[in-house]
Amino acid sequence: MLLAAGASETFTPESWFFDNAWTIPALPCAAFILILLFGKRLPYKGAEIGIASVVTALGLAILTTGAWVGEYESHQGSHSAEAVTQDVELAQDTDSFEIAADAGEGGEGHVKAEPVVRKLDWLSSNGKSFGIGTLVDGQSVMMLLVVTFISTLVHVYSTDYVHGDRRFTHYFAFLSLFTSAMLFMVLSATTLQLIVGWELVGVCSFVLIGHWWEEKANSDAAMKAFLTNRVGDIGLLIGMTILFFAAGNTFDILDINDAAINGEIAHSTLTWASICLMAAVMSKSGQFILHTWLPDAMAGPTPVSALIHAATMVVAGVYMVGRLYPVFWDGMSIAGSSINLMALIGGITCVFGGALAFVQRDIKKVLAYSTVSQLGYMVMALGVGAWTAAMFHLFTHAFFKACLFLGAGSVSHACHHSFDMKADMGGLRKYMPTTHKTFLIASGALAGIPPLAGFWSKDEILAGTGGWPGTNGNGTYYIIFAMGMLTAAMTAAYMARTIWLTFYGDYRGHEEPHESGKRITVPLMILAFLAVVAGFFNMPSQWVGDGLGLKFEQWVEPAGTRLPGNFTHAKPSISLAIVASLLAVAAGAFVWNYYKKLYAKDPKATEYTDGLASRMPLAASAHKVLEEKYYLDHLYTDTIAAGTKGPLARAAYWFNQNILDGIVDGAGKGSVGLGRFIYKYIDQGTIDATVNQTAAGAGQSGGILRRVQSGKIRQYATLMFGAAAVLVAIFMAAV
Amino acid sequence: MLLNQFLGLAAILFCIGVYGVLTRRNGVMVLMSIELILNAVNINLVAFGAYQGDVGGQVFALFVIAVAAAEVGVGLAIVLLIYRNRRSIDVSEADLLQG
Amino acid sequence: MTEFFNDWGITALVFLPLVGALLMMLVPAKDEELHKTIALGTTVITGVLGGFMLWDFWGMGKANWSTLQYVQDRTWIDVINARYFVGIDGISAPLIALTLLVVPLVLIYSWNHIPNPGNAKMFLILILVLHTGMLGSFVAQDLVLFFVFFEVVLLPMYFMIGVWGGEQRLYAAIKFFLFTLFGSALMLVSFLALYWVTGGTTFSIPGLADQVAAGDIALGTQVAIFGGMFLGFGIKVPMFPFHTWLPDAHTQAPTQGSVILAAVLLKLGTYGFVRIAIPILPEAAVEWAPWIGLLAVIGIIYGALGCLAQTDMKRLIAFSSVAHMGYVMLGIATLTPFGINAAIFGMVAHGLITGMLFFIAGSVKDRFHTLEIKRLGGLLVQAPKMGWILGFCTMASLGLPGLAGFWGEFPAILAAYSPAEGISTTLFRVYMVIAALGTVLAAGYLLWLLQRTAFGTPSEEFADDPEIVDMHASEWIAWLPLLVLIVFFGFLPGIIFDLTDGTVVDRLGSLVAEGSP
Repeated sequence: MLLAAGASETFTPESWFFDNAWTIPALPCAAFILILLFGKRLPYKGAEIGIASVVTALGLAILTTGAWVGEYESHQGSHSAEAVTQDVELAQDTDSFEIAADAGEGGEGHVKAEPVVRKLDWLSSNGKSFGIGTLVDGQSVMMLLVVTFISTLVHVYSTDYVHGDRRFTHYFAFLSLFTSAMLFMVLSATTLQLIVGWELVGVCSFVLIGHWWEEKANSDAAMKAFLTNRVGDIGLLIGMTILFFAAGNTFDILDINDAAINGEIAHSTLTWASICLMAAVMSKSGQFILHTWLPDAMAGPTPVSALIHAATMVVAGVYMVGRLYPVFWDGMSIAGSSINLMALIGGITCVFGGALAFVQRDIKKVLAYSTVSQLGYMVMALGVGAWTAAMFHLFTHAFFKACLFLGAGSVSHACHHSFDMKADMGGLRKYMPTTHKTFLIASGALAGIPPLAGFWSKDEILAGTGGWPGTNGNGTYYIIFAMGMLTAAMTAAYMARTIWLTFYGDYRGHEEPHESGKRITVPLMILAFLAVVAGFFNMPSQWVGDGLGLKFEQWVEPAGTRLPGNFTHAKPSISLAIVASLLAVAAGAFVWNYYKKLYAKDPKATEYTDGLASRMPLAASAHKVLEEKYYLDHLYTDTIAAGTKGPLARAAYWFNQNILDGIVDGAGKGSVGLGRFIYKYIDQGTIDATVNQTAAGAGQSGGILRRVQSGKIRQYATLMFGAAAVLVAIFMAAV
Repeated sequence: MLLNQFLGLAAILFCIGVYGVLTRRNGVMVLMSIELILNAVNINLVAFGAYQGDVGGQVFALFVIAVAAAEVGVGLAIVLLIYRNRRSIDVSEADLLQG
Repeated sequence: MTEFFNDWGITALVFLPLVGALLMMLVPAKDEELHKTIALGTTVITGVLGGFMLWDFWGMGKANWSTLQYVQDRTWIDVINARYFVGIDGISAPLIALTLLVVPLVLIYSWNHIPNPGNAKMFLILILVLHTGMLGSFVAQDLVLFFVFFEVVLLPMYFMIGVWGGEQRLYAAIKFFLFTLFGSALMLVSFLALYWVTGGTTFSIPGLADQVAAGDIALGTQVAIFGGMFLGFGIKVPMFPFHTWLPDAHTQAPTQGSVILAAVLLKLGTYGFVRIAIPILPEAAVEWAPWIGLLAVIGIIYGALGCLAQTDMKRLIAFSSVAHMGYVMLGIATLTPFGINAAIFGMVAHGLITGMLFFIAGSVKDRFHTLEIKRLGGLLVQAPKMGWILGFCTMASLGLPGLAGFWGEFPAILAAYSPAEGISTTLFRVYMVIAALGTVLAAGYLLWLLQRTAFGTPSEEFADDPEIVDMHASEWIAWLPLLVLIVFFGFLPGIIFDLTDGTVVDRLGSLVAEGSP
């Protein structure tokens, strides 16, 4: 099937915007510095700089997108004219059958745009330079548009939402820094740059989650987010290191991809690298078991949740996998398989995340778990080989999930900054019609109700698993397909629950709620509009014709040489679309009915007091497990983190103070002791004593002798004469 | 020759002198006792000189007499000074050289 | 100008601070303002001179950075062939620049922060002597000369800790002194052994490297000599398990002492490895590398765990130095150009970042009169600017990409994946994973510190304390250059990598494999 790559002609797009893509991240970066320096002195406290820069960046991103699409369409036009003759010539070949078959899918019959890379030397070692630069291709252009667009709306929304906050200026500064870092990461030409961007968005997320750091819960959530991501970053650092050496000492994303595609890297090496990188994806993109930070991250301001923890930063993992897809393709053995690690992690995440969304009282937590679940969907799509579907879901999800988060913010704005659906909401559709309508549309899109955006992207993913007859995916992932279907049903169900608890029934809070202002509702309406239309960009050509169909695929999918040679697209299936939609509708309707009956029984109730959980012990314990979030937080916070900073750290420090320092101090004290011993017993006791005794002996004998010296002359004379007498006696005796 | 008698006399004189030196407290008496000892020696010298037929003994004795005179002079001066300082010439009290 | 640099440049650079110190001795002690002016003036003049020299050096271009420049090679102690041999190359240039920057900033900070018991005259003279010692160590190309300068820094630091230190200053000062002296004694023995086994003709570093390469000295001898140097330099770094002097010295030292200690003095050890031990004895380095790597990664994890157990902010920062220098040593242990380039970057980055953290700790102590983490909190409320700077520095310290700390850490981890030939790859890959794990712990202790000191609301004890104010002017002036450089090098790491790369490749010589990074 290598022919698939050969059959599509590639061209190099040219535009000022591709050469100068660095200006897009540079603008918000400049805004960050300006806001920090001058923000507080400006009439709108720095918000105007932020908005001006991000709107300009959005303009540039739109122009870049326009240039990209324009280049594509113009080359496609001239290519189609040639293609007719080419096909005739090729038809002589024996392989022509396959080409014709592929051309029918829509992808391979089209021209492909080569990525535009502009690089500068960043640092060098042993004479080899490592670069920094911009890589413009369909994928990065798409992300540029999504990031700047959502960021612009969030900026506008925030001017109202965080109005009067004591750190208003800082908030906008970090919003700008985040936008800049995210764009920087999106445009990465090298993995080194990707790591830098990856962590910079992480730190912005940290600062913004902890925006109200006066309360410990918020700073705890911020720390948890940062530390969990750091755990994943171990995988990122090691994975990128492995790829660096495997691809021949290069950080270049394109070189790494080429090396992976051309089989220059051993399969086992790629497997190790992709497993390591999966750890990074799990933390950044909230995959089960490292997802626990994401719901906690809702402690930050709601627009931040919309921008960072729904639409942009959390998809960084998905984006990274998409960027290095050949590595994962080979490393995870995606093609022709029926299960692999990535697909499994994605599948588990979307099911487990969706299940958790059922037991939340906090509307933002529901959306957070929904995000976890949808990110699982994207990773699952990548895992089964549906690259385009994953990117498309990323694209549509950004709009409807941002809309949902901003809608939740609008609701809480009305309900006196509460997010508790059960205690403070209900019946809000009467008070805030705009928020209600937009929320409804976005929920429909999330649940995959046709023809809203989510329907198209989700359907593509389900088809991509190859689990439905006639879809011909890259493999046959039946289990994953089942998980995807289950999640589709669950999504519709928990969204129905959320909508009922929030907007239907009777209002349970205090005081009269009110609709939010224009700066909040207009972004909602724009996003709701996109939640409707975003899906039309990639409708299957088989259903709507070549002119309208698969535009997203044609524009975004990288050139043939950047995707693995045996990569194919699954065929869409009308039966699958119908079944999946019906399933979602049925699940939603079931839950809706449940709450309607409950309402009829007791208008104020939010759950049955004699529900399943109270009757069945098994259901009760399942509920408990969900409420405790699978006990993962206990494991991380109470066991691992507390164990490290408590006993382990104390033990290490005890070792330091008592063993190591003890040795040092012991050596010191030992030396002093030895010195004392030597001084006392050898120096003073032996050597000095000898000297002293000599002196003392002399003194004593002197003392004895001095008695003779009485000073009395007669005594001397006596002695003299006595002695003389003795001498005489001796003399006489001798003679 | 009556040498033994002379020697006996000298010995007696010497012993008297020694006795005086050892027992007398009076400084003047001590000096006088020393004179006795010296003169005992003189007698010995003269006696041996005559016995040997040699004048060296007599000459030596003359020297001794002269030295004894000087010695007495010095000794009396010391005694006088001791007396001036202490109003006493008891030699047992003069023990400043005690060690 | 170049002529002056060639003839007198380095000598002037190294001994200018001593001239300033001599001048200060003539001024009566009570005239503190004058002393501060002279001290600051001297270091600024030294800095400007050094700045011009380094600018000139930079202008020579990549090709010339690996050759020693501004060389002075004169007779000194003829009997033992020790010479006054100094010069600057790509390895020493960044560290000289760091020294030239940090010391004036410390003096600016000292303008209104002379620690108890006062006596600005002696305090500032000691800093100037230190300055000479540090600069001398970085330019010396002769082992005896290096040793002399290496020892010159010891005494002023001892007095700084012992006289102007905290409550347990005497214990800390003596510990510091004895530890370092013990190391340098072994180092001296190694130097002498090296001198004799190479025939007793020279103490010059390039000369010895050539002689060892040409001669046939038994590997065992080389390994033993390397061992002596390892102890001498390793204690200064400090490497686990010789690090225990560091927390005490840092905790007890006055702020200025801590900053100089962290920013420059610790680098003397790692610099010694890069400048002396490895280039002269490359074969022995290969034998030692697994052990150095082992101690380095133990240091990373161990230092981090030590940090988590601390209750004192300054002591925590001191322990973090152990962890950070672990990354530097891991980079050195790989014996690859990328690893050692990263190590030198790490030295500069650690100097800037940890120096800043000690400055902040000093200022916090000035305001709160305590550094007990439990009693602090809400710094962002009472002194928002200082709180943000603390946050910034913790981020830099935990190795956030885009700030200087990252470029010392990640390339070192990366280089460990594929160490120089002759070193066990499997072993170093295990080290790599452990070192990567250390980044999580680093984030843990630093963010926890930040959370406990900066976030939250101030404790009742300090809530209305009028002494707790935001930044002083002298603090701004002293800190701003460091903060700017942390960002600057974070985004343009190439400046230091380019500077050191040629020299490192040249000095590693036979260890460098073709095509490896």
